Amino acid sequence: MTEKLSVKNLCKIFGDDPDAALAQLRAGRSKDEILKQTGMTVGVQDANFSVGQGEIFVVMGLSGSGKSTLVRMLNRLIEPTAGEVRIDGEDIVSADPEQLRQIRLKKIAMVFQHFALFPHKTVAENVEYGLKVQGVPAAERRRRAIAALEQVGLEPWADHRPQALSGGMQQRVGLARGLAVDPEVLLMDEPFSALDPLIRRDMQQELIELQRKLKMTIVFITHDLHEALILGDHIAIMKEGRFVQIGTAEEIVGEPADDYVSAFTQDIDRAKVFAADSVMAEPQALELSKDTPRSALERMTELKRNALYVLDGDRIAGVVTYRGLAGATSGHGGDLGAALIREYPAIESAAKLYRLYDLARGELPVAVLDDGRLVGVARQGDIFKQLAAGAGEAEGAARQPAPAGA
Amino acid sequence: MWQPSDSITLPLGDWVDGFVKGWLAPNFRGVFHAIGWPVDQVLQSLSGFLHAVPMPVFTIVVALIAWWAAGRGVAIFSFLALLVLDLIHVWSDTMTTLAMILTAVVFCAAVGVPLGIAAARSDRFARILRPILDIMQTIPPFVYLVPIVMLFGVGMVPGIIATIIFALPPIVRLTNLGIRNVQAELVEAAYAFGSTPRQVLWEVQIPLALRTIMAGLNQTLMLALSMVVIAALIGAGGLGLEVYTGLGRLDIGAATEGGLGIVLIAIILDRITQALGEQRDATAPGLLDTLKSLFRPGRPGRQARQEPRQAA
Ligand SMILES: Nc1ncnc2c1ncn2[C@@H]1O[C@H](COP(=O)(O)OP(=O)(O)O)[C@@H](O)[C@H]1O
Ligand SMILES: [Mg+2]
Repeated sequence: MTEKLSVKNLCKIFGDDPDAALAQLRAGRSKDEILKQTGMTVGVQDANFSVGQGEIFVVMGLSGSGKSTLVRMLNRLIEPTAGEVRIDGEDIVSADPEQLRQIRLKKIAMVFQHFALFPHKTVAENVEYGLKVQGVPAAERRRRAIAALEQVGLEPWADHRPQALSGGMQQRVGLARGLAVDPEVLLMDEPFSALDPLIRRDMQQELIELQRKLKMTIVFITHDLHEALILGDHIAIMKEGRFVQIGTAEEIVGEPADDYVSAFTQDIDRAKVFAADSVMAEPQALELSKDTPRSALERMTELKRNALYVLDGDRIAGVVTYRGLAGATSGHGGDLGAALIREYPAIESAAKLYRLYDLARGELPVAVLDDGRLVGVARQGDIFKQLAAGAGEAEGAARQPAPAGA
Repeated sequence: MWQPSDSITLPLGDWVDGFVKGWLAPNFRGVFHAIGWPVDQVLQSLSGFLHAVPMPVFTIVVALIAWWAAGRGVAIFSFLALLVLDLIHVWSDTMTTLAMILTAVVFCAAVGVPLGIAAARSDRFARILRPILDIMQTIPPFVYLVPIVMLFGVGMVPGIIATIIFALPPIVRLTNLGIRNVQAELVEAAYAFGSTPRQVLWEVQIPLALRTIMAGLNQTLMLALSMVVIAALIGAGGLGLEVYTGLGRLDIGAATEGGLGIVLIAIILDRITQALGEQRDATAPGLLDTLKSLFRPGRPGRQARQEPRQAA
């Protein structure tokens, strides 16, 4: 995956003498100490991350943790105090005003928490705005605005005022306004936070589908870990201006970096975070042409398993169970094929665990597939072990002060 | 009992006299002439136009404008009021006064709106401007009539200049306020999409501040009307002169006719301009909201639209 956006040691200090505060910060003073001594606020401290082309990078943190400041430094609505922001290797922090304007026109679009639609313009005019300031002729920009509105299902509302629309629809307009300029990077600052929970879920799904289609690079801000886990290819957890952990959803939930993170993750539904490949064991498959019922039974005893899959070349021929084979060997001596069960449960390796519950309920292990090839087997016990893994940590974390209002 | 003035005199009056008569007037005659010239041009054309339009045509056109802008009631009122002005034989004076105050308002807008915009964009400029506007609003206009006469002479133009000084502050203040109260997130959005500061101003800030700016224009207009009699003291004609000479001769009849004319014109103009302001997009923050937000804690204007909307 090619790197689209890269951020190095990005800092923001609000106050009269940010360089002095920065020096103190580098000397190891904390945000609170600096605030008390100098009255300056550390907004963001040494943020480092990179986002691959077509990825969604989510920044999650409580209110006041510096998320808005961070995302606004990426297009310099807020001037960074120090650090680097590069898109395709081009440094944004050192761009002159005209270069910066070109980058905003062509490369980066933004979606806002409270929609920020222009109330004196129609829906279509709002969506056209970025094209208008680019100088695109009226007919062409109308066409592109309508196309963007079609993507969010709102073209019938093109000539209404945004105030006539519900919150969810208004944010779709906000999204269409971003999509209309065909940006390479889309910044979204808590775009769904102002919406009802049900509408929020719809919007998340819609964003995932749009993203699949358009392959945009997105930096998405949220204060909701659920939302972060649903959307993020990579997730950064932010606290008091710093990243405390960056990782995939499974890494964040599976190995929280500290008590702060585990306080968030304890009541996450792990079945929706972890995929089948996180619980699968080596397949240890038999081969139809080589193995006999006797060798199969020996393998099972050795591996302490009750069932093993049988491959025919690359293809799965079926599964054999200890009980089935024990009957077969006592009767006649030879053929593995006779004991073969051809109806077996199977699932893609990327599927989340909650989809495995029903499949794993039977006595057969679930075949975990990747492009149709057997890459592992998932057994009920392993699934429950994974789901329960959070519980122990959660008890420990519960004694910590829980983050309020997450 | 001795007091300081028995021994020492501070000749402030002489200094000012010397400064204005001895230095400012002779050395800057050209400058003041240049300031007066455009005012005179606008006044001449407006006055020529208003006096040339036949009374019935003018009355009907104003009534129609009032109907379009403010509805039937104001239209009927305007029609009757203009009729009365003609019947009491002050039509020509009314047109003279109208030309005068419209000229003053045109210049107030031409100067005041840019000043207001500049003040909205620069805190420092706003800090400098503010005490100047305060002074303009608190000095009684009589105080600057004398220097104005010295620098500009007597007549309509100095009368209009005095009117401009008196009526300028509200449009500057409300332009500044209107632009500052445009939601920060909207301005941010405009910049995020690559707008130049000029595009932000014309595409977002001015349209959304228009209602407040119109309210400022309305106040400026009303202040200009209230200067009509005072301007007559330094040679401006029209309804103000009627009142002033009526006062001098204790001719209560003439004074009443002039006074009634001023009041009726004021009501017509007030209603029409107010309605024009309110016709503007209902979603722009209104003057009342804007003023209220000043007295609320927190950043002004940001609260207005935060509630989630669940229409449609
Ligand atoms: N313009 C500003 N001046 C001073 N402090 C600010 C400014 N903007 C934000 N801050 C401070 O920076 C910190 C991070 O704010 P913000 O980025 O808005 O957080 P979040 O978006 O995560 O809620 C907060 O402590 C906030 O008070
Ligand atoms: Mg924020």
